[in-house]
Amino acid sequence: MAMHPFAYANANSLEEAAANLDGETRPLAGGTDLVALMKDGLVAPKRLVNLKTVPGLAGVVAHADGLHIGALTTLSNLASNPELQERRDLAALVEALEESATPQLRHTATIGGNLLQWPRCWYFRNPQVPCWRKGGRRCFAFQGENKYHTIFGGGPCFAPHPSDPSVALMALDASVLVVGPQDRDHRNGFRVVPLAEFFVLPRRDHEWADGYHPVTLLETDEIVAAVVVPQAADGARSAFVKVMERGAWDFALVSAAVSLTMDGNRVAASRVVLGGVAPIPWRANQAEAALRGERVSEDGVARAVRAAVADARPLGHNEYKVALAKQALAQAFRALA
Amino acid sequence: MTMPFRGPAAVPLVLHVNGEDFHVFVEPRRTLLSVLREELGLTGAKLGCGHGQCGACTVILDGETAYACLTLAIDCEDREIRTIEGLMRGDSLHPVQEALIAHDGYQCGFCTPGQVMSAVSLLEHNPRPTDDEIREGMAGNVCRCGAYPNIIASVAAAAELMAAEGD
Ligand SMILES: Cc1cc2nc3c(=O)[nH]c(=O)nc-3n(C[C@H](O)[C@H](O)[C@H](O)COP(=O)(O)OP(=O)(O)OC[C@H]3O[C@@H](n4cnc5c(N)ncnc54)[C@H](O)[C@@H]3O)c2cc1C
Ligand code: FES
Ligand code: FES
Repeated sequence: MAMHPFAYANANSLEEAAANLDGETRPLAGGTDLVALMKDGLVAPKRLVNLKTVPGLAGVVAHADGLHIGALTTLSNLASNPELQERRDLAALVEALEESATPQLRHTATIGGNLLQWPRCWYFRNPQVPCWRKGGRRCFAFQGENKYHTIFGGGPCFAPHPSDPSVALMALDASVLVVGPQDRDHRNGFRVVPLAEFFVLPRRDHEWADGYHPVTLLETDEIVAAVVVPQAADGARSAFVKVMERGAWDFALVSAAVSLTMDGNRVAASRVVLGGVAPIPWRANQAEAALRGERVSEDGVARAVRAAVADARPLGHNEYKVALAKQALAQAFRALA
Repeated sequence: MTMPFRGPAAVPLVLHVNGEDFHVFVEPRRTLLSVLREELGLTGAKLGCGHGQCGACTVILDGETAYACLTLAIDCEDREIRTIEGLMRGDSLHPVQEALIAHDGYQCGFCTPGQVMSAVSLLEHNPRPTDDEIREGMAGNVCRCGAYPNIIASVAAAAELMAAEGD
């Protein structure tokens, strides 16, 4: 398991780090995904740029456009942030953070790295298997062992996105602040990308120089500086539910995040997102439409839940995820009722 | 803006482990676990899975537990590293170690150093944990022998020992 040799440098500023990045010079945050990928020889960068030494990239700051969560904030520091702990509109995020991985990993893993982690699919993680995501010809899960794979949005890759916090953040309408070269759309040195655009479904034309098909639209010379969670409407509330095979330390079979704003006892606006079911956090637009103007009654919830999975396309071994997604979503609604 | 890259050949590092400074000469690709075990002879932290899935390599970095198998040694300069070798006070074991012995909190013992470090850190942050808080605090350490009930009892007993000592 010895890693390939690489050089290492501590970054002093985002600009300096971004100016040095390319396909062979990669950013290092907590390293909980990157080091594992390097150990398995799945990636072999020649140089690592440590982002943890950039001042001001960890922590939560309130701005006019919402909360700015520094990309290098660890999952545990974020989960215990007093402002997050207090706000009912952000409950989904705290729940998702607390249910991610283990204490050791949450102390090390950063929120930026969490959004940028690679799929956990066993074909992808096996260095012997040249799957599509890594530049190979096909996805072996499609006709293979696909118990843990997608029921929405799959193809050419059918591996689900492994991040829990991303599901909650998408329900909270979050964006990322991306720093990169001045020549590409980076006004004042950065661009703001809604998570709904940041995560991209697998596409043949969306490819890095090494043949990998990335899960986000981040280019190899860009850095996520912060996650921005906009101010929610008054009285907004959110909830997150994660279903695992084991009681702890497991990726989600399925998860659900719901954020609701009520007008009296009727739903004024909602965002409904499912995790563990698609190559990206999966926005359930039809469920949101079914809820608009409705009460969060048993009937209303049942209709929304049915709408959420109406387009599900399970694979050979994961039909169970359809029922699980309905249950998880219903449970999230119950937590908010 | 070229950056001062170090490596890929071996570079000098100073690591602060259990209150002592260690000078080593290692490549940037070396994990903290491999440097602790192979360069410093601190073999308490174990290599189990090497992928953050078992907890046998658990150490305490700047007061919080971490997996040494996924941590680069070069990432630990200027950090306080604590391993199980630093727990004894004179000739006495740490109360967590005493409690694990008293309550049969292990069988083969392979996972034990990691369990101990998680328990020590848990009790430093939360001296009187509930059973649920113990389960959550210890959730990042697998025991293949399945000693879980006794591990949880040991941590609860250690909390009482430490509270009594503090009185
Ligand atoms: C055993 C195990 C269980 C896990 N369980 C869960 C779980 O239940 N839920 C969950 O959500 N996650 C889980 N994870 C995943 C874990 O949360 C991620 O590995 C972690 O969040 C990644 O963050 P990091 O800071 O360590 O990233 P790194 O490993 O440092 O980086 C990950 C990737 O992102 C790039 N990168 C990092 N930061 C930036 C940035 N700011 N800008 C640009 N690029 C960047 C790196 O180059 C790398 O490619 C688990 C991981 C393990 C090993
Ligand atoms: S060896 Fe580090 S977690 Fe298993
Ligand atoms: S005592 Fe054997 S693995 Fe825990």
